[in-house]
This record gives sequence, C-alpha cells and structure tokens, in this order.
Amino acid sequence: MTNLFWIFVSAAIVTNFVLVYFLGLCPVIGVTNKSATGLRLGLATTFVMALASLAAWILNTFVLGAAPFLRVISFVVAIASIVQIVELFVKKVSPPLYRELGIFLPLIASNSQVLGMTIFQTNRGYTLLEGVLFAVGGGLGITAVLSLVGGIRERLTFAPIPAVARGPALVFFVVAALSLIFMGFAGLGSAT
Amino acid sequence: MSLVVKETSTPKTRGAVLTRGLWHENPVLVQTLGLCSALAVTNAVANSLAMGLATTFVLLGSSIIVSTLRKIIPHQIRITTYILIIATFLAIADMLLEAIVPDVHKAMGPYIALIITNCIVLGRQEAFASRQVVGLSILDALGNGVGFTIALLLMGIPREVLGNGTFLGVHVMPGGFEPWVVMLLPPGGFFMIGVLLLIANWADLRKVVRARVAAARVAATAAQPQEPEAVLV
Repeated sequence: MTNLFWIFVSAAIVTNFVLVYFLGLCPVIGVTNKSATGLRLGLATTFVMALASLAAWILNTFVLGAAPFLRVISFVVAIASIVQIVELFVKKVSPPLYRELGIFLPLIASNSQVLGMTIFQTNRGYTLLEGVLFAVGGGLGITAVLSLVGGIRERLTFAPIPAVARGPALVFFVVAALSLIFMGFAGLGSAT
Repeated sequence: MSLVVKETSTPKTRGAVLTRGLWHENPVLVQTLGLCSALAVTNAVANSLAMGLATTFVLLGSSIIVSTLRKIIPHQIRITTYILIIATFLAIADMLLEAIVPDVHKAMGPYIALIITNCIVLGRQEAFASRQVVGLSILDALGNGVGFTIALLLMGIPREVLGNGTFLGVHVMPGGFEPWVVMLLPPGGFFMIGVLLLIANWADLRKVVRARVAAARVAATAAQPQEPEAVLV
C-alpha cells in the first residue's frame, strides 16, 4: 500500500515528467499561454495516459511476450487508437466538452509523454494497479506544470522584457527555474 | 509534438537544400523541434553524439523510403505509414547502438524509443520527402540530421565540461575547478537551451537591424546624396 502511494507521489512530483524526464516539451512551449488552457490540456493528457497504461499492460502481458522488438510500434498504434476512440466518444456524448478538448486530442496522440510513460512502466515491470497509478500521478504532475507555466506566462505578458529574450527562450528560463524548485523534492520517498 | 509542416523558405539549389538545416533553419535552435531528445541525453558529449547520429540515421533511412514510395502511399493514411517506416529504422538503430556502444545505449535508456515522437523526423517526411525526388530528400535529411547533431553537441559540450570537468570522459578543466553539478541535472538542460535560444535570437535580431540600417543608408543616399551621415545618427 505504501509502495503504491510512493509510486503516485514520485511520478507526480519527485520525477515530474516535464521537469525531470523532459517529456512533452512541445505543448509546454506551444499551448501554455494561459493557465486555464494548460489545466485542460493536462487533464486530457492524464485521462489518455491512464487508458494507455491499461492498454500497454494488456499488450505486454498477453501479446508481446513473444516479440519484444515490436513493443514501441504496438504502443504507438495503441495510443493513436485510444485517442481516436476517446475523440469519437467525447464527440458523441458531450459536444461542449469536445469543443473544449477537441483541439488537444491530436496533440496528445503524437506526444512523447504518453509513449514515454508506457515505456517507463514496462521497463520497471509495474503491475496493472501500479501502472495506472504511475500514469495518473504522472498526468497530474504534467497538469500542475502546464498550469504553473501558463500562469507565469500570463503574468509575463505585460512585463518589460528585452526583445532578445522573447519567445521560447524566456519560457525555457521559466521552466529551468521551476525545475530547480522541483529539485527540492528529490530524495522524497524511496520508490523508483 | 506538433506537426509543424510549414516551409519557411524554398531553397533554390541543391547546396541550399543541404545547408539550410545546419544553421538558419536549424531544427532545434530555430524551429524548436525535437526538444525532448535534445534535453534528455545531452548531459554527456558521447550521449549527445550517439543521439544525433541515431536520429540522422533514422531520418535518412525513412526519407529515402518515403521519397521512393511517395506516389504509392495513399494520402489519407500517410502519417500512419510514415510512423511505421520510421519505427522500422528506429528498431534497426536501437539494435545497432546496443551492439556497438552498449554503455551509451544503457545511459540513453528509453529516450532512443522516443526518437519516434521526435517531430523533426516526421516533420521532414511530411514537409519534404513526400514531395521531392530521392536525391533531394537525402540531402535534406542529411542537412537536418547534421544540424540536429550540431545543436545537441552545442548543448552537450558545455554541460559536460562545466558539470563534470571532462570532455568525452577526459579531464579538461584545471585541478582547482569545482564542477557545476547542476549543469548535469535537468535544470541545467533547460538553462542551457534557454541560453542557446537567446544567442540564436540575438543573431537573428542583429541581422534584422543590419538589414534595416543598410536599407536606410541606401534610401538616404538616393534622397540626399550630399550628406548620407545624417541618417546614421
């Protein structure tokens, strides 16, 4: 039980997917102009990651035992299909939600966060429950970072920044500072 | 990864196809693509080099195949087809690295598999290889691959030298040098790419200012040929 708890905390804070594993930097640079957008994209990613974790576990346990070299490609196909299904489902069930999240879904399909999560989960030999907790924790960590960076960028919009530092360079300095802050959590818990 | 497929310029000659990826359309420093691999593995020069070469190999192989098959691949399922082709070359690169440099392969861990989500590789297929003949696609793939490798080395060399005091594992800093360990840690990576983008921005801005000054000078000489210095103030 404590092990499960630490897997969750570790994925969310200690080894944050964005700040420590460098996964999914394109959305951080591209989408986080506003805090609310970052929050929505993060939650959508979390949802897809939980489903992808489940799919990766099923593939690993029942299908890929005989052909481990097909792992990456089958994960990519599984993630793309999951995103497609989620898109169809949300479109049918809740059109307002689809309008909110629709544009993000293709972005998630081709995102290194989800694929990276499934590969980490496989390499560490997580069980089904551990894998899903790892995915949800990681997703919530991503959500936190996306909305934090979004909030900081909102504040920076009207700040007197020299022209040379505008754009991605500034975002990276912001992320570097956040990453330095999150280093403070290093060593918390023992689960890896 | 976003599918950035917009071409910023159309190269006129074969040489331009090869060289534009190296600096003025550098995939990392100018287009900010492929950042996950650019940041994750550049804490040592050897890893940066291996990642750069592996990506170049995958890019080159898939560009050749995509360009050869460009008339056969149906438009609706082209992205899936590209991903399958890229994954094939990725598997080859993965096995090659494991056989040739097992230590580096181990240090790079899951990030080799993540070459598949590197937007540079897919972006070049969509933007270039699927529309051009094989020869030009090879040049384009080589230019972008080498440009990516250069950017990785620009990240990896300062990070290893400052963070560990070594270059490719050999001590290069004077004895009293205290290594800046933070350069090897994730914040150092983010900081380094920030600095590089800052330099790229600065070079860009300087070019714009120079062009503007030159244009003003030309306009001034045309308008009042007697005293062109007045505009320069």
